[in-house]
Amino acid sequence: MPNPTPVPSAETTVAENIILTAENVTKVFPGTVALEDVSFHIRKGKVNVLIGENGAGKSTLMKILAGVEQPTHGKILLDGREIHLHSPLDATRLGIGIIYQELNLCANLSVVDNIFLARETTQNGLIAHKSQKERARKLVKRLEQNIDPDELLGNLRLGEQQIVEIAKALAQDVRILIMDEPTSALSAAEVEVLFRVIRELKSHGVAIIYISHKLEELLQIGDYITILRDGRKVAEEEAKNVNVPWLIEKMVGRNPANLFTRKERQLGDVLLKVENMTLPRTGGGYLLDHVSFELREGEILGFYGLMGAGRSDLVDCLAGARPLATGSIQLNGKPVTVTTISERIESGFVLVPEDRQRYGLVQTLSVMDNMLLASLKRYIKGFFLARREEKSATDQQIKELSVRVANPQQPITALSGGNQQKVVVAKGLLTHPKVLLLDEPTRGIDVGAKSEIFEIMNRLAAQKYGVIFVSSELKEVLAMSDRILVMSKGAITGEFSHQEATEEKLVAASAVGHGPSNGGNHYAAGK
Amino acid sequence: MQQENNTTPVQMKKKRGITKTDVQQFLLRGRAFIALILVTVVFTSLSPQFMTTENIVIMSKHVAINALLAIGMTFVILTGGIDLSVGSIVGMIAMIAGGLINEGINLPQLGIIIYPHTWMIIVLSLALGTLMGAISGYIITRFNVAPFIATLGMLYVARGIAGLRNNGYTFPNLIGRPEYGNTGFEILGAGNFLGVNYSIWLMVILTVVAYIVTTRLPFGRHVYAIGGNERAAELSGVRVARTKIIVYSISGFCSALVGLIVASQLVAAHPMTGDSYELTAIAAVVLGGTSLAGGRGSMGGTLIGAFVIGVLGDGLVMMGVSSFWQKVIKGAVIVLAVIIDQVQARMQERIALQEQQEMK
Repeated sequence: MPNPTPVPSAETTVAENIILTAENVTKVFPGTVALEDVSFHIRKGKVNVLIGENGAGKSTLMKILAGVEQPTHGKILLDGREIHLHSPLDATRLGIGIIYQELNLCANLSVVDNIFLARETTQNGLIAHKSQKERARKLVKRLEQNIDPDELLGNLRLGEQQIVEIAKALAQDVRILIMDEPTSALSAAEVEVLFRVIRELKSHGVAIIYISHKLEELLQIGDYITILRDGRKVAEEEAKNVNVPWLIEKMVGRNPANLFTRKERQLGDVLLKVENMTLPRTGGGYLLDHVSFELREGEILGFYGLMGAGRSDLVDCLAGARPLATGSIQLNGKPVTVTTISERIESGFVLVPEDRQRYGLVQTLSVMDNMLLASLKRYIKGFFLARREEKSATDQQIKELSVRVANPQQPITALSGGNQQKVVVAKGLLTHPKVLLLDEPTRGIDVGAKSEIFEIMNRLAAQKYGVIFVSSELKEVLAMSDRILVMSKGAITGEFSHQEATEEKLVAASAVGHGPSNGGNHYAAGK
Repeated sequence: MQQENNTTPVQMKKKRGITKTDVQQFLLRGRAFIALILVTVVFTSLSPQFMTTENIVIMSKHVAINALLAIGMTFVILTGGIDLSVGSIVGMIAMIAGGLINEGINLPQLGIIIYPHTWMIIVLSLALGTLMGAISGYIITRFNVAPFIATLGMLYVARGIAGLRNNGYTFPNLIGRPEYGNTGFEILGAGNFLGVNYSIWLMVILTVVAYIVTTRLPFGRHVYAIGGNERAAELSGVRVARTKIIVYSISGFCSALVGLIVASQLVAAHPMTGDSYELTAIAAVVLGGTSLAGGRGSMGGTLIGAFVIGVLGDGLVMMGVSSFWQKVIKGAVIVLAVIIDQVQARMQERIALQEQQEMK
């Protein structure tokens, strides 16, 4: 590994360049320590990169700097003076702006209203719509986009919404701009534009805090890199001195290559055949654009794509959660004509949804009740639920998936993210499915739990289940899938076998249709 | 690059001209207004007295009561909340104002009774109504209580106070006495300006003010933002708690105003004044196209909604329809309006699909 020695230079650089400092910050949430004694220096006119795995504490640190959360211990210094940020408003007043990862926009308001929300320009107390609109137009133009400021935000595609979120931050006169995964929904061309804007901001002395999972990208734009792992700072270094393998090693703490391994399997007959699956998008265009593919018994079929590419919509459609979907589905050669979710479950589809907390689990129920929720019908004897069968089914799943739980009656909220995810998988398996639809099954869980989930996937595939694996993590898709389909803008834009797939090919296919500044904008306009 | 698809939808649309779906969309969007015209036409043809000036004045006075409450309610519902307490606050304020006129403020320790001027009674009553709303808003924001529950509690409390004020009895003859200088209360309900009753003027003025507030003031924008995405609004720096408290205060203010108008029109205050007015107000808001989920709707829509309910109610009375059937019909109309709302949303998605099928 090149350059593994921590260099003190970063710590001792000329102090006057540092505009904002988080000093020995600790943040305790009930049950977990999200940040432990972290110090983070933000330099003027530089891109200060913050990286770490999910759950490493990046977002918590960002929220503290943006005034959303308050540190349990430690201080924040602005220009060497201690400041207290009690609300996002305090941060804004001090010139700290933030672009949130989960877009924080109001879909029911227009683009211009979103950009100036809580910072409206007024004339005699009334909103000066004309001048706001003019400024919004200029901001959007600066980002080389062609979005109508009067368009309703909900009618824009995700990438455009992200542009609006960026424009909203630019509309304030910020000295410090926090960008939390600003490129997650952007095409390559749009990222280029964003980088140009970032360089322009740097030259005006704005300090940028940049968070991203895309390591190549942040080496390209970053000046200083700080790495968090499990709530602690593990390294701080100038970007020019490091490379991607070094970053991964620091982030993960071990070699990432052996975390997930795929087992070679013999694939069976065609299990699932989907033809022309189509789903219209409110406001025009498609969420799914005539998608067709096949899945074999015992196959792990990976779906890769950018946010909003339609992968989640596809598995939702298969699970029966989108009544407006059209297209044909064949399971074991027989057409599936039923449309409701419960009928789809009976015919053998089961979805492990992307948002575990909201759609995967009922927070108020116990581990056992959650596990049985989808398959209660199987445990009815006469009028009543058969306790003993319920119990034995639950115990068996807990054992097979090695869910770490003291007692099945425990509340689900007492479990860690990884174990909660296993409960959701168990809930699916108890319905005796043929096709498992796993939507981002590893999101927000730690590395150890991840490899356990992959282990389960391997075992299920070996048992002739068909597994559809939706993921945004390139490495995971590449490592786990027998075959990978790449989606972009609702259509399949690439198909690769395990052998031929590479990161470059997947990324290129995921950007298809995201042309420089015009791709897809017309869809939104054509409502 | 899939550039070839990108420009077609726009061009397609221009070529097609007005289609059946366009007409359907128009009818669905303007449904409240169409319903109003429909109801008016039906009653006019069935009853010759319906469109007389006399009847229109009476109807407008009825509508004004509901419209004033519905304006306040629209603010609340736009933030995604609900205010169940308005009818009770109407009753409570009527009793408080009635008590102040007939009995004054009794201070036995000093051995005196203060009879405030009529205009002071009005100001005090409005302030008290606003305060009641503010208390609901404070409970909702400070203790994170669901608006339904907080205002349900306020519904009982305010109605209870209305009864307590005079042990369940009415305050009659609210005309004041010249020697106390508290006469003239009845003018609010009976007085005219340019031949139009004050309550109708108040409805017009408040609608215009509320329209400007919702469309042109930062405050109005914040109301919509909170209803659309409260978290996003908060992270953008909108003072969510303060905005909500103001919104419930506005609703309380409107309720107090209605309480005064009703008491003044009747020249009496009864503890059950305004009973179930909150439901009629909510119905008007929903009929006017405001989404109960918040973030979507308009003051103009609410005004039309209030007229639909008012015209429907008075029309049915004139037709001699029994009060039980009136309730059945009103209920059906309200539910129908919301069904149409859902149909419209679904139709928009279907139209999107159609357009693309045509494109291919």
